[in-house]
Amino acid sequence: MTANLLEIRDLHKSYGPVEVLKGVDCDVRAGEVISIIGSSGSGKTTILRCVNMLEEFEGGTIRIDGEEIGYSTAGGQRKRKAEKEIARQRALTGMAFQQFNLFPHMTALENVTLGLTLVRKMGREEARALGENWLDRVGLLQRKDHYPAKLSGGQQQRVAIARAIAMSPRLMLFDEVTSALDPELVAEVLQVVRSLAEDGMTMLLVTHEMRFAYEVSSRVIFMNGGRIGEEGNPREMFAAPKTERLAAFLQSSRFN
Amino acid sequence: MNPPLSFFDIVWLARWPLLYGLGTTVAISALAILGGTVLGTGLGLALTYGNRSVRGIARVYTDVIRGTPVLVLVLASFYILGTVGLDLSAFQAGVLALTLFCASHVGEITRGALQTLHKGQTEAAKAIGLTFGQTFRYVLGPQALRLALPPLINTAAEMVKASTLLSVIGVAELLLRTQEVISRAFHSLEFYLLAGFLYFLVNFAIERLGRYVERRVSLA
Repeated sequence: MTANLLEIRDLHKSYGPVEVLKGVDCDVRAGEVISIIGSSGSGKTTILRCVNMLEEFEGGTIRIDGEEIGYSTAGGQRKRKAEKEIARQRALTGMAFQQFNLFPHMTALENVTLGLTLVRKMGREEARALGENWLDRVGLLQRKDHYPAKLSGGQQQRVAIARAIAMSPRLMLFDEVTSALDPELVAEVLQVVRSLAEDGMTMLLVTHEMRFAYEVSSRVIFMNGGRIGEEGNPREMFAAPKTERLAAFLQSSRFN
Repeated sequence: MNPPLSFFDIVWLARWPLLYGLGTTVAISALAILGGTVLGTGLGLALTYGNRSVRGIARVYTDVIRGTPVLVLVLASFYILGTVGLDLSAFQAGVLALTLFCASHVGEITRGALQTLHKGQTEAAKAIGLTFGQTFRYVLGPQALRLALPPLINTAAEMVKASTLLSVIGVAELLLRTQEVISRAFHSLEFYLLAGFLYFLVNFAIERLGRYVERRVSLA
């Protein structure tokens, strides 16, 4: 049995009185590409946000390479880890956001190298070389000295992905990375994600791009009302959904 | 018999008291702005990121100090602190009062600027593993500074004007020196105009400096 890279057990998360995750279990092995689909409010994004502790969660455990994320449980007492430790654990995962969230006061290259110098403690030159390497990889080396405001949405998202991946995370989290983009810019971003998947990067992606999920995923998770409604191989799932909810969801989704 | 002295001759005779006064005004303002900015930035952080009780304390401080006339703060700092055993000179007491006042304004400006920033900025910084200190220093601070610069310059100019209130507790700043000169040499209108012009020069310099910094940090 191969060890799981990511192990989510009985994850519970509420926003005030609203429980958005009602016990989610999920194992991810190294190299897997997992798409999380489902209607809005089903808890897809919340899972990603719990994995890198952008959200606190009240119940369950998340482990990366066996290491418990965010909390430690000793003698039945659950305690939030120290802020420094959580910062270190966040760097185990990389995250790309729907809204890109590039730092507007830094050039594309500076966006990528900030974490390398501060968190990975690389020297300036080493960070620059690695940053340029990744910008080249997403096709934006010639734009390295541009500020985000001078880049298109698709270019900004590619820089944001380079920023996350340059940190060599164990796991990449993609949170609806194409939802804020004009339709004609979606393809260039998906192409980057696809090439990372082909390189064997382990990733968890929340997406509304059904065809993309179908094509790149080794497994698809359908979230329904805070629980996993169905999961499996995309070919089987999309061809023959076992639940009515998934059938209805797929019917209503654009499959382009 | 000597011909009567012209106004400019009198100004020349009074140059040292006036220059000392100007120097004192600049020193008071600079200390208050510097101290107020440091303290106010901390206050702004407390107002924005503090837990309930920290926020509450910072809120009460800000509202009370901002709602109190500066003259009252100056008098209180000079007369009341003495009665509780903190013996400050008039200069020290005055600078303290202005610093506290300045901090309350800078605190609000800082809070406003930080809250304007999209929360995605903090999240992106966290996501690459930055600690809170690093996030503030490299991501939030520089962006907040750009937003806060115009109101900060405004506050700095206000502090220069407020420094005149220290004349009430006998700090020989520019206004008090001017009044002393007038009491010996008359020409009150001309000397007040001169003082006004000198205050304008100080604030003009602050405004120019502010513009320069704005241009330096602007992204355009």
